[in-house]
Amino acid sequence: MALGTIGDQDVASRVEATIQRRGRDVRGTGFRFALFAALGISTLILVILLVDVLTDGWPVLTDRLGDFWSGTLRSRSSDDSLGISQGIVGSFWIAVFVAVLAFPIGIAAAVYLEEYAPRNWFTSVLDIVVRNLAGVPSVVYGLLGLFLFVKGTAVTNWFVDRVNNRWNAWYGEDLIELGQSTLFAGGVTLAVLVLPIVIITAAEAIRAVPQSLREGAYGVGATKWEVIKSQVLPFAAPGILTGTLLALARAVGEAAPLILVGAITGRLAPRDSMFSGLEDFFGQFADRFTAMPIVIVGWVQNSGRDEGFGPAAGAAIVVLLVFVIIMNSIAVLLRNYFEKKRG
Amino acid sequence: MTDVIDDSIPPPPLTLDLLAGPSRRRLKERLISAVFFAAAIVSVIISVLIMFSLVREAWTFITGVDWGVTWGEAGWFPRRGLYDMPTLLVSSVIVTVVAMLVAGPLGLGSAIYLSEYASRRTRSILKPVLEVLAGVPSVVLGFFALFFISPQLIERIGRNAWLLIGALIIVTYAAVVALWARRQFAEATVARAVIIKRVVWLTVFVAGGLLLAWWVLSVAGEADAFAVKRSGQLAAAAVGVGILTIPLVASVAEDALASVPRELREASAGLGARQATTTVQVVLPAAVSGIVAAFIIGISRALGETMVVFMAGGAADAAQFTSSPFDGGLTMTAGMASLATGTDNVVGEGLTFQSLYFVGLVLFLLTLLLNIVAGRFVARVRERY
Repeated sequence: MALGTIGDQDVASRVEATIQRRGRDVRGTGFRFALFAALGISTLILVILLVDVLTDGWPVLTDRLGDFWSGTLRSRSSDDSLGISQGIVGSFWIAVFVAVLAFPIGIAAAVYLEEYAPRNWFTSVLDIVVRNLAGVPSVVYGLLGLFLFVKGTAVTNWFVDRVNNRWNAWYGEDLIELGQSTLFAGGVTLAVLVLPIVIITAAEAIRAVPQSLREGAYGVGATKWEVIKSQVLPFAAPGILTGTLLALARAVGEAAPLILVGAITGRLAPRDSMFSGLEDFFGQFADRFTAMPIVIVGWVQNSGRDEGFGPAAGAAIVVLLVFVIIMNSIAVLLRNYFEKKRG
Repeated sequence: MTDVIDDSIPPPPLTLDLLAGPSRRRLKERLISAVFFAAAIVSVIISVLIMFSLVREAWTFITGVDWGVTWGEAGWFPRRGLYDMPTLLVSSVIVTVVAMLVAGPLGLGSAIYLSEYASRRTRSILKPVLEVLAGVPSVVLGFFALFFISPQLIERIGRNAWLLIGALIIVTYAAVVALWARRQFAEATVARAVIIKRVVWLTVFVAGGLLLAWWVLSVAGEADAFAVKRSGQLAAAAVGVGILTIPLVASVAEDALASVPRELREASAGLGARQATTTVQVVLPAAVSGIVAAFIIGISRALGETMVVFMAGGAADAAQFTSSPFDGGLTMTAGMASLATGTDNVVGEGLTFQSLYFVGLVLFLLTLLLNIVAGRFVARVRERY
C-alpha cells in the first residue's frame, strides 16, 4: 500500500532510503573513535612499559642470569655478585606471612559477615570498617607497622620480653631487638594491608552461593558449620582463590609500607644459612631484611651515582613482573573459567 | 522393597530438645561461630590501632611543634626541623591533578567503550589489558616514570611548551565554562532558586579559572621556573601515578555503566537515537553518580600513591617549596617514605619521627573523607536501579 507521494517519489521508498543511508554519522564515528583511542592509548602505554623494562634489563638477564639470581645487594654495580637472592628470600617469607595470617583470618571474617552476622548496627559498622580499611593508603599501614613493631608499645614490649626470656633460656642471647626493622614486622604489616582485600573478595564469592544449596543442606539436618564446610566454602572456593591470588600479588609488589617499616635498600650482609637450625630459622625473622620491590627502589636510587644499577633494576623488575603477572593471569583465568562454567 | 509402617506403636513425642541435637554438637557450633566472630573483629582492631598510632604520635607533634615552622618556610626539611606543610600539600595537589588529567579521560573512555561499544570478542581481548595494568606494582611505574616518561616526555615538553600548555588549559577551561553558562542561562522560564544556584556555580567556576590563571602566571613569573629539572620531576611522577590510576577509574566507571538498565538504552534506540546520542544523553546521565565516584576514588588513590613520586619525583629526603610541575618535589606520601628510608630508625632532631605521623594523619583523614563521599555516590546508583 502506497503511503502517498512527494514529488516524483513515494514516501515509503524515501523513508527507506533515509534509514539505509550510509556513512553520514560523522560525530558518532568520531565519538566512537575517541573512546577506542582511550583504550588503545592505555594498551600502548602497557606495551611501551613492558618493552622499556625488558630492553633496560636485557643485558643483565642474558649475560649473567645465574649470578644475578644468586647474588646479593652490593655497593657497586660492577660487582660480580650483585644480585637479587636476598630480595627473593624476603619476598618469599612475606608471601608466607600473608598466606598464614591474612588468608585464614580474612576468609573467616568473610564467612562471619556473610553467614553469621545478624542484621544490626554492629554488623553495618563492621562492613563500613572493612570497606574503609581497603581504601587506606599503603603508607599509612607502614606507619602502623613502624609504630607497633619497630618503635614498640607497651604490649609489644611485654611480648618481646617474653620471647627474649625464653630464647635466653635456650640460646643465651636475645632474639628480638626493638628499634630495628625486622622481617617479622614487614610480613605482618603486609598481611594487615591485604586483609581487607581478602575479606571483600571472599565475601563477594560467598554471597554468590545460591541460597538453595544452603537450604538443601539444612533440610537433611546439617548444622550451620556443616553447611558452610560442605556446601558454601566448596562452591565459593574458586572466587576465594582468585581473591587470595590477587592479594598475594599485591603484597609481593608493595614497597611503601616496607620502606616505612625500614627494609634495607643499601647493603645487607648475607645470612649464612637459613635452614641449618632452629636458631637460624627463627633468627631471620628477627633480623634486618629486604624484598624484591625494595631491591628495585634501592637500585633506582643508586643509579644516580652509578649508572650500572639502572639495568640491574630493570632486570629485577622483569623477575618481579613475571611473578606478579603470572599470579594475576591465573586469578583472572580462574574467574573467567568458573563464570563461564556456571553460566 | 517397601517398609510397612506399624501404626500400633505411637511415635515418641517430638520436643525442641530432640530437634536441637546432642549438646556436644551444639557446643562445637557455638565455638566455631565465636572463632569466626573473632576473625571479623580483627579488622576493627586494626582500624582502632591505625587511628590510635596516628593520633597519639601526631598529638605529640601538634602540641610540641613551633607552628611557625609549619607554614611559609623555605621547604620541607624535617631533619633540620623545618616542617613546611604547603610544600607537601601543593606538590600533592599538582601530582593529583596531573594524574587525574591522565587517568580521568583514559579510564572513563575505556570504560564507556568496553561497556557500550565493544563486541564480546573485543572485550575479551581488551579487558585483560586493564587487568594486567591494575596488577603492575607501583615500583615498576616509578622506574618507568624516571627512566622513560621523564626524559622522553617531560623533558621534551620544554620551557615554552609549558607556557603553551598552561595557556591551552586556561583557554579550554574558559571555553567550557562559557558554553556551560550559555546553556544554563538560555531558558528564561525557570524558578529564581534555580537561577541563584546557577549563578553560585558560575561564580565558583570563574573563581577556579582565576586561580588557575594566577597559578600559571605566578609560575611563569619566576625567573627559573621553566628550567625543567633533569632526571625526575613532579610531572613525570604524576603521569606515572595517572597510569596506575587508569584501571581503577575504568573499573568503577564500568560498574556504574553496567548498572544502568538495558531498557533505557532500548527505549532510546527505539526513539531513533544514534548510539552516540544514547550513550551521551541517556546512559551517562543515568550513571553520573557512579562516574563521579570513580573520579573521587581515583583522586583518593592518586593522593595515597607513594613509590612513584618517591622514585621519580626528583627530590631526595627534603624539598624546596615549588609550584611548578616541572620541578622536583615531595608529596605527602613521598615525604614520609623519604624520611623513613635508608635508616633502621627515623633519626633527626626533636619531632622528626612525630612529623611522619602528623603528615600521615592529614593524609589518612583526607583519603577517608574522599572514600566516604565516593561510597555515598556509589550507594546512590544502587538505590536508583
